[in-house]
Amino acid sequence: MKVIEYTHTQHAHCESGVTANLLCHQGIDISEPMAFGIGAGIFFAHLPFVKVSGTPGTTFRTWPGAIFKRVAQRLDIKVHTEKFRSPEKAMAALDEALEAGYPTGMLGSVFYLPYLPEAFRFHFNAHNLIVYGKEGNEYLVSDPVIDYVARIAPEDLVKARFAKGTPEPRGFMYYVTDVPSDIDFKKAIAQGIRQTCFFMLSPPLPWFGNKAIFLLARKIKDYPKKLSARKAALYLGNIIRMQEEIGTGGAGFRYLYAAFLQEAGEKLRRDDLSEMSVELTQIGDDWRNFAYHAARQMKARQSDIVSFDELSGLLRICGEKERSFFKRMDKLKL
Amino acid sequence: MDINEVPQDPLEYKDRDKLKKLVYAVGKDGRYEGVGSVGWEAENAATRQAWQAIEDELAETERRVRSGELSPLVYFMQKKLMDVTLLAKYAGKWQWQVKRHFKPNVFSKLSQQMLQRYAEVFGITVEELINFGKSNQI
Repeated sequence: MKVIEYTHTQHAHCESGVTANLLCHQGIDISEPMAFGIGAGIFFAHLPFVKVSGTPGTTFRTWPGAIFKRVAQRLDIKVHTEKFRSPEKAMAALDEALEAGYPTGMLGSVFYLPYLPEAFRFHFNAHNLIVYGKEGNEYLVSDPVIDYVARIAPEDLVKARFAKGTPEPRGFMYYVTDVPSDIDFKKAIAQGIRQTCFFMLSPPLPWFGNKAIFLLARKIKDYPKKLSARKAALYLGNIIRMQEEIGTGGAGFRYLYAAFLQEAGEKLRRDDLSEMSVELTQIGDDWRNFAYHAARQMKARQSDIVSFDELSGLLRICGEKERSFFKRMDKLKL
Repeated sequence: MDINEVPQDPLEYKDRDKLKKLVYAVGKDGRYEGVGSVGWEAENAATRQAWQAIEDELAETERRVRSGELSPLVYFMQKKLMDVTLLAKYAGKWQWQVKRHFKPNVFSKLSQQMLQRYAEVFGITVEELINFGKSNQI
């Protein structure tokens, strides 16, 4: 099989990382923060009624697949995407893509990726990785969240690509087929920022965007009244994990987005964007502070009403600062 | 967060410390950089707790399988971090059918074919599946 000249770069987040690596392979100079920002990756949602292994769902990012799709659209990049009914067809299509010289992005379940530390391996089906070659019977994997390249046996890759649950990857794979000679970052950055503000500020429902931060703050206040000490600790632990554990770059993607604003400020020579970056870094520090205190409360395992009130207050600070932040960012003329 | 504030609290648990994941932090000149981190105390505590909850539940299930209250199916389902919804999808059965198979007397009458399907889902042999929790097994 043909060997693809491919350079692996580690990133914080799987999807923005795969996007950056696939585009860099095509000679486009794009960082992970830039891909994340153009793809409007930052978000917040809290869904008390959607239980993920018994705890309410919380997310700090947009839905899976959106970042890659938006970046491709906004930079006018031609991509090929495909889903499959059968594993045989999916693996044959992958081999063909590799033979044609395309490093190929795909969705898979973290649970079936043996090269990842066990600590991370839950049934999370929306993980992104790149396969860039095949040696002997093994596939060569560039997984953006790790600092080395890995190998995987075909039977494991099949399990990962055809994992069941929500969402089901169904062998979904994608690769870049053509890139324009001239890339208009300015327009794409403006579109990304505009969309981020829209998603943060406009949803009329309490579960999405900035409003959901206040919803979660209200819920946390009620934890000691409504939950056992064990449950309350598990709920808090889940928020911390969503915020810090899995590829967020720290503070639930806030630092990653601040890095984007900094780069955007330089690219567009806009001091106001650079200033917003500094401000978001400070808000990120507030999120870290919240996680730090949440972890202390979690470890103490006491239904101490005062500390839950305090935690709720710390979260409200993040929510209020971000509301003001995104409102002002929305008014920038880009 | 400044670069020199990036936590490096290793967690020697399920290979967590084997991975240096990237976090973004501000360097001396005010510019963002990616920095590798082996972990952060707050995050480590949450990771451990999530696994501890699973292991506690698994120990309780094992006890109930050994005492004959539940079939070994429940044990392996939890060991593979699945719930009934997910196991039903993998096994190609309705949830109520899978729940019935949790009863030892129903489980003991399952066809070889059905047992084989469950064993494949868990990546074990049929013998391992049906013998788990029997008194002569460890």
